[in-house]
Amino acid sequence: MSDLVDLYQEMVLDHNNRPRNFQKLEDASNTADGYNPLCGDQISVYLKVEDGVIADVGFQGVGCAISKSSASMMTQSVKGKTVEEAEALFQDFHAMVTREPGSDYDSSSLGELEVLSGVCAFPNRIKCASLAWHTLTASLNHKQDGPATTE
Amino acid sequence: MTTKPVFDVEAVRKDFPILNREVQGKPLVYLDNAATSQKPQSVIDKLVSYYSEINANVHRGVHTLSQEATDEYEGARSKVRKLINAKEEAEIIFTRGTTEGINLVAQTLGVQRVGEGDEVIISNMEHHSNVVPWQVLCDQIGAHLRVVPINDDGELLMDEYEKLLSPRTKLVSIVHLSNALGTINPVKDIVAIAHQHDVPVLLDGAQSAPHLPVDVQDLDCDFYAFSGHKLYGPTGIGILYGKRELLESMSVYQTGGEQIKSVTFEKTIYNDLPYKFEAGTPNIAGAIGLGAAVDYINTIGLDRAEAYESELLQYGTEQLQTIEGLKLIGTAQHKSGVLSFLLEGIHPHDIGTVLDTQGIAIRTGHHCTQPLMQRFQIPATARASLAFYNTKAEIDALVEGIHKTFEVFS
Repeated sequence: MSDLVDLYQEMVLDHNNRPRNFQKLEDASNTADGYNPLCGDQISVYLKVEDGVIADVGFQGVGCAISKSSASMMTQSVKGKTVEEAEALFQDFHAMVTREPGSDYDSSSLGELEVLSGVCAFPNRIKCASLAWHTLTASLNHKQDGPATTE
Repeated sequence: MTTKPVFDVEAVRKDFPILNREVQGKPLVYLDNAATSQKPQSVIDKLVSYYSEINANVHRGVHTLSQEATDEYEGARSKVRKLINAKEEAEIIFTRGTTEGINLVAQTLGVQRVGEGDEVIISNMEHHSNVVPWQVLCDQIGAHLRVVPINDDGELLMDEYEKLLSPRTKLVSIVHLSNALGTINPVKDIVAIAHQHDVPVLLDGAQSAPHLPVDVQDLDCDFYAFSGHKLYGPTGIGILYGKRELLESMSVYQTGGEQIKSVTFEKTIYNDLPYKFEAGTPNIAGAIGLGAAVDYINTIGLDRAEAYESELLQYGTEQLQTIEGLKLIGTAQHKSGVLSFLLEGIHPHDIGTVLDTQGIAIRTGHHCTQPLMQRFQIPATARASLAFYNTKAEIDALVEGIHKTFEVFS
C-alpha cells in the first residue's frame, strides 16, 4: 500500500488531471510519435528547437496516469534546456526509474521529476514512465521512420 | 425428483495449488482466465510422471518407453476427440495453440482456395491471431479482408454478415466466444449461412472450448482451433480440428520428420492424417498434459461448470453495475465469463496496478483486439475473466478493489 502511495503521489495525479503543455505545436521543428504496445499508450511530442535550445514543447495523446504525468512533467523540465541537457536529463531520469528499489540515485538535476521515483517498485510500469522520454529522443534524432516504442 | 448436486467450488479450488498462494500479502484473486487458466494438480502430476517415468519419443522406437509415450500421446488425442465430438482421431491435429491452427489453415487451404480479388470474412471482434494470418494471406494473394460489423453491445450484425457473403467469399473465420467482450456468437447460424454459399468456416475456439460444451459435428464447422493452456492444460499445445475431406485436400504446412511416409531425393510421400500436419517431434508432454486436463474437465462436467460460471457472471455484472462511474464494455445477450470495464477518469493500466496491490489479477490493455478497441473508440479496457474456480467472494474483492482504485485517484 505504501508503494501505491509512492507511485501515485499527489503531483502525479495533478499532472494526470491537468497535463501541462498538452497541445500540438503548429510550428514544431521536431516531432515524433510514441507507442507502448503493451498497454496501447500513444503519445505525440512536438518540439521547437532554436539554436540547439528547446524553445517550446508540447505533447498530445492517451495513456495511463504514469505516462501522462511523466510526459507533462517532461515538457516542463526540458523547456529552455539545450538538446544536450535534455538528453542528459533523460539519462538521470532513466537511472532513477530503473534502479533497484531502495537504492540511491543522483537527484541533482531531476527536480519535480523525482515524484516518479516510486515507479522503480513497479517494474511493469517503467515503460509507462519512459515513453514520453523515448519519444522526445526520437524526435531529437529525427529517427522518425515509424513510431518510437518502449520495446 | 432428484435435486441437482450443488457445484462445490471450495472442493474444486483445492484441486488448484496456485490458488493457495498470496500476492502482495493478500490471497490471490485470479481473474485473468481468458489470458490463461490455472492448472489442476492432476495436470501438474501428469507432466511430472511423464518426464520421470515414460519420457521417450513417440511413433519411433520399438522399446517399451516409446510405446508407453505413444499410447499416452494418442490417448490424449482420443480424449480431445471425445471432448469436442469429432468423428475420428484423424481430424484432431496437435498444434502449438490457436494461433498456429489458424496460421496453418490460412497458409494451406487459404493459399489453395483464395485467389486474386477474392474475399475472406472475419469480424470486428477478432483477436489479432484471427486477423493477421488472413491479412497476410490477402496481401500475398491480392485478396481482400471483409469485416462483419458489431453493435454497441458487442453483438455481430448478422444481416451485414449475410450481405458480405458473395461468390468472391472463399473463407469465413469467426470467433466463437470473444476474449475481450465475452460475446457468444451464433456460430451454428454463421456456419449454416456460409455453407449455403459453399464457403468453409473456421471457428476460433480459444475461449469457448474451456467454457462451453462444444460439438463440432453439431456446429458443422469445418475447422475449430483452440489452445491447451486456457483449458487448464499446459502452454505450447493446442488443437486444430478439421473435417477429414478438407484436411486431406490441403497442402502440407511444416514438413520434416513424423509427417512423411517415405522420402527419396526425388519424391516425398506424406503421412496420413493427422500426422501429415505434425512435423517434427511434437510437444509430447504438452499433449499428454492436455489429455489430463480433459480428464479433469470431465470430472467437473463442462455443463455444470458453464452453469456455475454463468451464475457468477450474472452476480459480477450486477455488482459492477452498482458502481458509479463504471461502464461495462460488452453487454451482449449471450455472454460468458468476461467483465470488461472502464472507470471514469482512470486509465485501465492504473486500475490493474492498484488491483494488483490487492492481490487481484486482471488483464488491462487492448486484449490483442485493437480493431475492436477502435470500434469502441477506447484505448483499452480492464478485464476480469472468470473460471469455475472463482467465487462470489472474489467478485466482492474485485468490487472492493475498484472502490479502492477510485479512492487512490480521488
